[in-house]
Amino acid sequence: MTFSYFWSILFLSLHAMVPITLTAAGEVVGETAGLFNIGLEGILLLSAFTGALGAEAGGWWLGLLVGIGTGTVVGLFFGLINAYWKGNQLITGVGINLFALGFVAFGLQALGTPGFHDIPREARLPALQTPVGGLSPLVFVALLMPFLIHWFLNRTRAGLWVRAVGENPEAADVAGVPVELVRLLATTFGAALAGLSGAYMSVSWMGSVTKEMAAGRGFIALATVVFSGLRPILTLVGGFIFGFFDSLATWIANIPGVKEIVPWQFVSMIPYIATLLVVTGVIGRARFPKALGVPYRRE
Amino acid sequence: MRRLYASLRSVAESLLAAVVGFVVAGIILKAWGYSPISAYISLFKASFTDLYGFSGALANATPLILTALTFAMATRAGLFNIGAEGQMYLGALAAVAASLFKLPAGLHLIVALVFAALAGVLWALIPAVLRATRGVSEVISTIMFNWISRYLAFWLVANVLVDPYRAEKTITVLPTSRFPTLIRGTDLSYALFLALAAAAVIYFLLWHTVTGYEMRAAGENPFAARYGGVKSGKVIILVFLLGGITAGLAGATQSLGRPPTYAVYSGLPQILNLGFDGIGVAMIGRNHPLGIIFAAIFYGGLQSGARVMQLFAKIPLEMVRVVQGVIVLALALPELLRIFRLFRRRKLLEAKREGE
Repeated sequence: MTFSYFWSILFLSLHAMVPITLTAAGEVVGETAGLFNIGLEGILLLSAFTGALGAEAGGWWLGLLVGIGTGTVVGLFFGLINAYWKGNQLITGVGINLFALGFVAFGLQALGTPGFHDIPREARLPALQTPVGGLSPLVFVALLMPFLIHWFLNRTRAGLWVRAVGENPEAADVAGVPVELVRLLATTFGAALAGLSGAYMSVSWMGSVTKEMAAGRGFIALATVVFSGLRPILTLVGGFIFGFFDSLATWIANIPGVKEIVPWQFVSMIPYIATLLVVTGVIGRARFPKALGVPYRRE
Repeated sequence: MRRLYASLRSVAESLLAAVVGFVVAGIILKAWGYSPISAYISLFKASFTDLYGFSGALANATPLILTALTFAMATRAGLFNIGAEGQMYLGALAAVAASLFKLPAGLHLIVALVFAALAGVLWALIPAVLRATRGVSEVISTIMFNWISRYLAFWLVANVLVDPYRAEKTITVLPTSRFPTLIRGTDLSYALFLALAAAAVIYFLLWHTVTGYEMRAAGENPFAARYGGVKSGKVIILVFLLGGITAGLAGATQSLGRPPTYAVYSGLPQILNLGFDGIGVAMIGRNHPLGIIFAAIFYGGLQSGARVMQLFAKIPLEMVRVVQGVIVLALALPELLRIFRLFRRRKLLEAKREGE
């Protein structure tokens, strides 16, 4: 009995961890290069929608590709505005979020049912069958990605460039690093991972699209980046903590005896309260790149 | 003269961004198989060509002015307060809560408004303190608070303020605490004047008081401001407090001044997203109270026009938010805005040549 509870909580947490960890790990790369993207929430929502359309048109693999593609396009756009044209990163991010909110609600309504769209079972990514339940293959991608990013940032020349343009763009520029290009590619990579996360949510995890399915996860991913202090491997820990509280809410809401006493509305607050507490607890410890959020202009 | 030119330029920039917004949204409409031209004709005709439609635009603009002020004030002080959404939910419900008891007309409205403002302030205070004392990013904390307050509002509607006869809504606001209707037969109420007054007060505060000067100084150059003796903690708290008041009042204008419902329904359909739309309005209005008033009327008109558009052209009304998102993105595009500078330079050159 307790044994199966353990597995169900673990699997729920792992599934809820995927979008947070993938998005946060990608954003670590973008922020290391000096760009702060608060439009991640919008990218999650957009790619959940486009990913669902892709999956229905050509299967789950096309859905995931379309999701990554959506993230890439938005990321290139964000990078172009902010790395090359020195735009305002916060305004661009808000614009992306507002656009996504409208576009997905519009698209869902145009498809038929306002606010909700179900993906047929055959278009979803099949889960791996384990003795204790189904597990999405993307869980393994999310478990691996932070290590890959850690290796990339700390062990490769390109990773050194990413760190250099975030920490001291002037020096990087003098050393011949193409500051704008590196920033563009770094933030686009992060946005592409957010795109994959969005497609994962609709095509693999939930099997449906709603106009509020991002549910603050883009911002929880930003909080996870703060928690990690830009160390990619820690996005696994942060992602798992939030995944755990997310699934705890789902889980508590279904326990007989408890669900009658604790109103579901309070249970639903848990992930957000946990995010606030964690961010408040760790703040000040993290060190961020000097040029984060500052456009680089050559003197 | 220079100042006049600068403000004319921001108006022109917003107009250009609006054109871009409509063009891009038109392409999306076309891609979905709708006709953008007839959509836009019905959109504008409905809200800007007759009194009934225009009063709808003003009624929609009322809460947007207030939530946009929350965002604009913070932005002027260098803070990114996106918490108006959650503060507004609780303001709407606190105003309803004032109808749990009886008071004479007039006084009752004032008490309800005070409740709403206090609820907004209460909800804004924690992110403000977290930012001022622990340095917690207000971007993250205000968004988390929005979600927490959404579920709190769901709970309040379903349990505390629930109508004993109709479980899907709160109790109806008593007539003594309602905003009187301004034009009979429309849903425009005197709440509009509350929003306009708030805009005037904040304009005066920002540009004609020492405190406002300190707020703007903290936004423009935080290091210089600190060197000049401006206390950043004080500015943060003040900006969030005032923002909480306007956001709370924004909610109250909806529960106390929006015929025919005078109640909040479960799922918060009438008030959802007013805070986020206010962010877009503030940006289109370039974070200036006067600009915000015009931007809010513009966007409010689009909202009420969109309902007509949905009815007759069968186009989902959410399209309007797509337009808004693209406008904000266009405003973030400095390259687009540089067109004006080029244009001006060319004119100066021409003038010079003519002079020679």
